[in-house]
Amino acid sequence: MSALLEIRKLTVSYGRITALSEIDLSVGVGEIVAIIGPNGAGKSSLLNAIAGVVPAAGGSVTLDGTEMLRLPLEESVRHGIAMVPEGRHVLPGLTVLENLRLGATIRTDLAAVKADLEGFLDAFPILRERRGEPAGRLSGGEQQMLVIARALMSRPRLLMLDEPSLGLAPRIVGQVYDMITQTRARGVTILVVEQNARRALSVADKTHVLNGGAIRLSGTAEELSGNPQFEAAYFGLRASVDE
Amino acid sequence: MSNLVPVLIDAFSVGGLYALTALGIGLIFSVMRLANFAHAEFVTVPAYALFVLSAQPTVMAISAAVLVAVVLSLATERAAFRPLRGIDPATMLIASFTVSMFLQRLLVFAFDSRLKPVDPLAFLSGSVPLFGVSVNLLKLTTVITCLVLLVALTLFLKYTRFGLEMRAAAEDFTMSRLLGVRANRVIATAFVLSALLAAVVAVLFSAQTGFVQPRFGLQIVIIAFVATVIGGLGNLLGAAVGGFLVGVVATLLQTYLPPDLRPFREAFLFLIVIVVLLFRPQGLFPARGLKERI
Ligand SMILES: Nc1ncnc2c1ncn2[C@@H]1O[C@H](COP(=O)(O)OP(=O)(O)OP(=O)(O)O)[C@@H](O)[C@H]1O
Ligand SMILES: [Mg+2]
Repeated sequence: MSALLEIRKLTVSYGRITALSEIDLSVGVGEIVAIIGPNGAGKSSLLNAIAGVVPAAGGSVTLDGTEMLRLPLEESVRHGIAMVPEGRHVLPGLTVLENLRLGATIRTDLAAVKADLEGFLDAFPILRERRGEPAGRLSGGEQQMLVIARALMSRPRLLMLDEPSLGLAPRIVGQVYDMITQTRARGVTILVVEQNARRALSVADKTHVLNGGAIRLSGTAEELSGNPQFEAAYFGLRASVDE
Repeated sequence: MSNLVPVLIDAFSVGGLYALTALGIGLIFSVMRLANFAHAEFVTVPAYALFVLSAQPTVMAISAAVLVAVVLSLATERAAFRPLRGIDPATMLIASFTVSMFLQRLLVFAFDSRLKPVDPLAFLSGSVPLFGVSVNLLKLTTVITCLVLLVALTLFLKYTRFGLEMRAAAEDFTMSRLLGVRANRVIATAFVLSALLAAVVAVLFSAQTGFVQPRFGLQIVIIAFVATVIGGLGNLLGAAVGGFLVGVVATLLQTYLPPDLRPFREAFLFLIVIVVLLFRPQGLFPARGLKERI
């Protein structure tokens, strides 16, 4: 499978703290790739650097051969990268509909935008029902659906999700992950970051374990679950999640 | 009862001008957390344009004043604020102070600091009958213009694409940029709108006072800043209402305070402000999440 996203020696630091050191990672077209790791592992730093929210101290990130680093933040979505950041970030005072419309900021095919919008409102009746309300009034699960739909309104090639299951009830997490697999089925490549390892592992084609700013282990779900090192790392993770 | 109408028109015309000024400040504050003191010169400089062009036809002088305000505000954004973008609000505040001082000095240098006569709306000097009393035409025009602009701005923010992007940026700038909203465009839009409001204030206010001097805009902007704080920083509705209330209260104090106390009308105004802030420290209409960053 040819790579859509190629990351080479990506380094991110905040002052003297190095959050990521020389990460190499590639994501194939149409894949779901999961990054799991404990608190402070550098997961958000990775996605934020790819999207341009934080500057990289070194390395390169290419999407389909185009260098992404050092582009202005608002350009990454124009190149096909949509990101759902940690903590969802609905625009709380704007209506549900306005949030969705903003997802299509970069598009000029207005008829198709309208059709996509209707599609999401059909898929999530609760969003249709509450389309005129400020998005900040939705429940956490509804907000998560909204921000994923909003990201997809840009028709991205790569969708990045930072801890989409954070703070959601297990049933809602199931819905979020159904949405993720449906999105992949429509040809969108997905890079998802989670502390909730089990869930991410179950849908991912490939999983990388990130800890202390470096990738410690990589493999498919079967490869990893047979690996004693992973079992140790995984239970280490679970312990850090449970506390 | 019959003398209430002129008093109210008077109060509303002052309140309207403060509301437009507070909105001009609020628009820029809401998208980039910049308390722009140079807004004073966005008002003063076009007023000087009116003075320079006072021999020209009204329409031309006013159009030129508007153009001057827009060019000045875009140039200020480009030269002074863009390089500082993302820096902490305190530094930006100081920068806007510096720009304001610089422009003020420049005006003193070019025109000296004496009062210059202006009368951009001379044809509105008469009165018209309203509810059985005669009302100053200029003040009535001011009230109507302010109302029209408030409605137009509301419609712009609510129903246009630029307006949607501005409201999004005001809520969460980084998230908006992730969605593709162009930072430069949103900020430029805010500066243009702010300049348009400032130019209108320059025309209407200079028509009322009849003169311009280098601190012409400053006197309004200081009060308007107080108004934005009362209204709730970072909230446009709050800024407009705050500006309106401050203008109305100032005019009513001027009218109804005993003559001996009138020179202290500003002191009374600030006393009211202090009382309001004691009870509502976030202002009348607190903004949601003034700072939300990823
Ligand atoms: N803005 C910042 N300034 C300074 N240090 C930061 C900043 N953001 C993150 N860090 C540090 O960088 C490291 C990696 O943080 P990051 O947020 O990428 O981790 P994470 O894996 O996403 O953690 P979490 O599971 O808590 O979201 C941590 O040590 C964190 O304290
Ligand atoms: Mg994180």
